[in-house]
Amino acid sequence: MLRFTLRRLFQVVPTIIVVALLIFVIFSVVPGSFATSLFSDGKHAADPEVIARLNAEFGIDKPLADRFVDYVTNLAHFDLGTSFRTRLPVIDLIADRMGASLKLAVAAMVFAVLVGVPLGFLAALRPGSILDTVTMIGAVSGLSLPQFWLGLLLMYLFALQLNWLPSFGYGDGAFSNLVLPAVTLGVTPLALLARTTRAGVLDVLNADFIRTAHSKGMSETKVVRWHVASNALVLIVTTVGLQFGSLIGQAVVIEKLFAWPGIGSLLIDSVAVRDIPVVQGTILVIVLWFLLINTAVDLIYAAIDPRIKQE
Amino acid sequence: MRFGLNFWLGAALTALVVLAGVLAPWIAPFDPVLDADLMNSELPPDLTFWFGTDGQGRDVYSRILYGAQISLTVGIVSQVINSVIGVTLGMTAGFWGGWWDDLVNGLTNVMLAIPSLIFALAVMAVLGPGLPSLLIALGLTNWSWTCRIARSSTLSLKSQGYVQAAQTLGYADLRIMFTQILPNMMGPILVMATLGMGAAVLSEAALSFLGLGIQPPFPSWGSMLTDARQLIRIAPWVAVFPGLAIFLSVLGFNLLGDGLRDSLDPHMRTRKP
Amino acid sequence: MIAPLLDIRNLCLGVAAARSVHPLVKDLSFQIMPGEAYGLVGESGSGKSVTSLAVMGLLKKPLAVSGGEIKFKGENLLSLPKRAMRHLRGNRIAMIFQEPMTALNPLSTVGRQIAEMFVLHQGKGWNEASKLSVDALASVRVPNPDRRARNYPHQMSGGLRQRVMIAMALACNPDLLIADEPTTALDVTVQAEVLRLIKDLCKERGTAVLFISHDLGVIASVCQRVGVMYAGCLVEENDTRALFDDPRHDYTRGLLGALPRLGSRTQNNRQRLIDIDSIIADRSILTKTRFIAPRTLQEGRP
Repeated sequence: MLRFTLRRLFQVVPTIIVVALLIFVIFSVVPGSFATSLFSDGKHAADPEVIARLNAEFGIDKPLADRFVDYVTNLAHFDLGTSFRTRLPVIDLIADRMGASLKLAVAAMVFAVLVGVPLGFLAALRPGSILDTVTMIGAVSGLSLPQFWLGLLLMYLFALQLNWLPSFGYGDGAFSNLVLPAVTLGVTPLALLARTTRAGVLDVLNADFIRTAHSKGMSETKVVRWHVASNALVLIVTTVGLQFGSLIGQAVVIEKLFAWPGIGSLLIDSVAVRDIPVVQGTILVIVLWFLLINTAVDLIYAAIDPRIKQE
Repeated sequence: MRFGLNFWLGAALTALVVLAGVLAPWIAPFDPVLDADLMNSELPPDLTFWFGTDGQGRDVYSRILYGAQISLTVGIVSQVINSVIGVTLGMTAGFWGGWWDDLVNGLTNVMLAIPSLIFALAVMAVLGPGLPSLLIALGLTNWSWTCRIARSSTLSLKSQGYVQAAQTLGYADLRIMFTQILPNMMGPILVMATLGMGAAVLSEAALSFLGLGIQPPFPSWGSMLTDARQLIRIAPWVAVFPGLAIFLSVLGFNLLGDGLRDSLDPHMRTRKP
Repeated sequence: MIAPLLDIRNLCLGVAAARSVHPLVKDLSFQIMPGEAYGLVGESGSGKSVTSLAVMGLLKKPLAVSGGEIKFKGENLLSLPKRAMRHLRGNRIAMIFQEPMTALNPLSTVGRQIAEMFVLHQGKGWNEASKLSVDALASVRVPNPDRRARNYPHQMSGGLRQRVMIAMALACNPDLLIADEPTTALDVTVQAEVLRLIKDLCKERGTAVLFISHDLGVIASVCQRVGVMYAGCLVEENDTRALFDDPRHDYTRGLLGALPRLGSRTQNNRQRLIDIDSIIADRSILTKTRFIAPRTLQEGRP
């Protein structure tokens, strides 16, 4: 198992390197620059001298090859550069906000799993029932909702009208601040989990070894407990892993909507002002997290299913 | 081929969106951009303004109708780009194998390692806001899944008798790919494209909401929701209708895609859902 | 007269489709005596497998019994409450299936799956049950049973997996073993071993066997009595030897005639496989006649 773990972790390295390079390539061609965006509100004329000076300060006027070498050497030292806007090291900016983002992502996923998986399970055990139909309609609706719209509506209902929850912000880290953003973010994974769990459990129920289990004289509950659950778990774990990717993407929007002080809102703000080092750094960190989560999912998968380790 | 409830429901909703977009110039009571009278701003729904007015005094109903044009354009064009890239890369990778296959696989893995919205964000940051950049960004985002499907379909179809026969007859590789292999994977590709339309519309909405997509005053449903956020306390209806429009159209595309998938997949046909 | 162990009377089975019921088994009657190996032979679609599922109570919608009785030790299984039926399943009536590759839970060790039988029906704890499952593996002639018990199904060959299935089925010493094409999916070389195993074990423990197959050769090697099914009806029944020596029904003759024979030649020194349809003139009249021969008693035991 250890060998398998190391092997999987190793596979992350080439991918992240390529992604880092890709990020550099993409952002080296950004038209305009941070300096010009400072003056882009149209109220002042952009003074070319000022812009030239700022560009020199930020190192944007250096030839591409030099910039590339700087970028790579910095990365090797885990230095993600310095923010144009705040002059602070990018890595510090990210580290400050990492905790908040993680909290949100984990809370959303936990919510999705705790509600979505049991629903999918029950729907599969009673196909064609009212619960099944309602769950399926709910699931496809959940997948079609624009998440930020749901967030707006929930905000309106629970915060502004009923005043049960704060409408935005991290506050002092209280749970009540986490509820609305986590639920909003968790709805789409919930819908997909309900659907895939249902399909997975149905597949398992139709499998031959379930017929064998019945022929041994097991009751329905025992069949589920001893044979269905573990086999369905494999599919559930895979789905959770797949979902994390789009969750992280959507989290960016939700963080902005609820003014949640995470990496996502940092990214949006930085894109708006073309603070390139921050944008590059945050995207790299986000991708790295995503890859690590995928690896973790693969490892859990291998721990559950003995057939995987053979490969 | 029998089509289930999913398909027909999805088709109906999609048709509704298409009609709204196509007929907008004739049935919209107001101009979505120009008819902006600040005297009429933030009015609740009534007989003149069926869905109320927004912060600039524009009729929400008309903007929603015209917004359908934007959503449909985004959905269709992005998926066409997606499919072309995905099918070309996947089919050639599966057919020729070797280093090209490795390269495509590596590229696909990298693409799959980047959450799609983040990638679209990055591209938008480079290209600047607006419809053309949006189409390119969304078109470049989700091709990896299509590529995977195209590749695995090609791998399994490659060993079919009629493909091998064509090869022995001396047909050029490209001709074989486009005449023998491509038609046989159209089903799954079509399903992916339909479902992808929904994803594209949702992504566009998110990007426009963040101010990075379609810029005001164009009536993208997503950007309408940006205004809605400011007005949520005084004019909540401004938030309801654009979101509802997005929801119903994406629901339509999703149901249509699901319905297509159910009819095309032989496994599904024998098993009851 | 000893009472039959399994007594099927006028069983009717069908598929509920749209508004009508499409019959799969029509008025089927046969008996199996305690300790007897009874073979049910017929082509695909003759209704033999669904009959066995009906006996086990494992019929899934839309299949359903529409008439008749299935008596096991005098009790009609069709009118038993679910709980009682579950108690019988695995315990007194056990079944092994055709595909050993997919019949076992891939995520659970073989030992644990056998141990389930002891936990379920004999109320043993898991520790004791694990030891018993090693014994069970030994009884089906699996080498290194304690090591094998910790294997997962994918680590075993088809033949070994089928032995595991047999071990599971016979774990609680059932009165009746139903074997539905147990060797069809196995290599020919392995087939003979598995058949011998079934024959020996059942003879040892006095377990009756309902052996279902389309393969007459397999039936001949295991069973004392044979029933021939066609289109849901039992068209002939006789002691094995008698059936082979003197088939009465056209269909039975067709089946026997279609057996490939080693060493036989026809024209041009080429052996031609005779298909059953060239032997039987008209299939539609096949179900009109029945030939059920009475059992020959041997030393007071049928």
